Amino acid sequence: MNVGLEHYLTVSAMLFCLGLLGVILRRNVLVIYMSLELMLNAANLALVAFSRFNENLTGQMMVFFIITVAAAEVAVGLALIVALYRKRQSAHVEDLTSLKL
Amino acid sequence: MTLPDLLFYVFAFLTLLFGALVVANPFSRNPVTSAMFLVLTICALAGLFVLLNAFFLAAVQILVYAGAVMVLFLFVIMLLDLKEEQRRKINLFGIVTGTGAVLGLGFLLMRTIWAGELEQAGNPRIIGDTKALGFELFTKGQFLLPFEIVSVLLLVAMVGVILLSKKELK
Repeated sequence: MNVGLEHYLTVSAMLFCLGLLGVILRRNVLVIYMSLELMLNAANLALVAFSRFNENLTGQMMVFFIITVAAAEVAVGLALIVALYRKRQSAHVEDLTSLKL
Repeated sequence: MTLPDLLFYVFAFLTLLFGALVVANPFSRNPVTSAMFLVLTICALAGLFVLLNAFFLAAVQILVYAGAVMVLFLFVIMLLDLKEEQRRKINLFGIVTGTGAVLGLGFLLMRTIWAGELEQAGNPRIIGDTKALGFELFTKGQFLLPFEIVSVLLLVAMVGVILLSKKELK
């Protein structure tokens, strides 16, 4: 069976689910953040696959912008984590519940 | 089975294996290990991009993600100097419901993807190299405004990070 769009989308979906599992199950803020990156990359893979199999470069342009925004997002997010760690001395989500009612 | 097909299975397997090791590593709970496996995941994904003829994006993926972003991650991990975190009591209810939800989502996605014939070009000849992407980005006019907005966004992120990293957060 030839490798087609379905196969790439399957890999993308599985990678997305892995990332989501990490966000839900892990308790370390940094690892949660890495799992978010995993989900972002899964979306990128789906877009590139669509771009290739529909013979249209727009999908790849989208990925180009996503990578740029992700880089900015990582910088801001990590700065937030560092600021949070300075205040609480912990990078554990169960210690960061001051917004909880 | 042709060589690209074989390479697809190799890279797909590597991507999913390393991705799983980022999320749950049976040997180590250290964030540095997760970060290293994330680098490997990204490199395997770049391999998949090459198979999809997206050469420019594969290079950018390695340079920006595996290079810049992961260095940032490692810097922060080492800056925080996390103690070997003691095992906390596991929330079994959370694990079961969370895994159930993710499995449900995965099942739904698989059913959708494999529901019927997807519309796709038989033998695609699209090449995503630097020239083609630059042409698409700068000459068609469609992406000129987003491009400028992204540059402003990067500036905003830079200023925001400097503000957030100040000693006293007001």
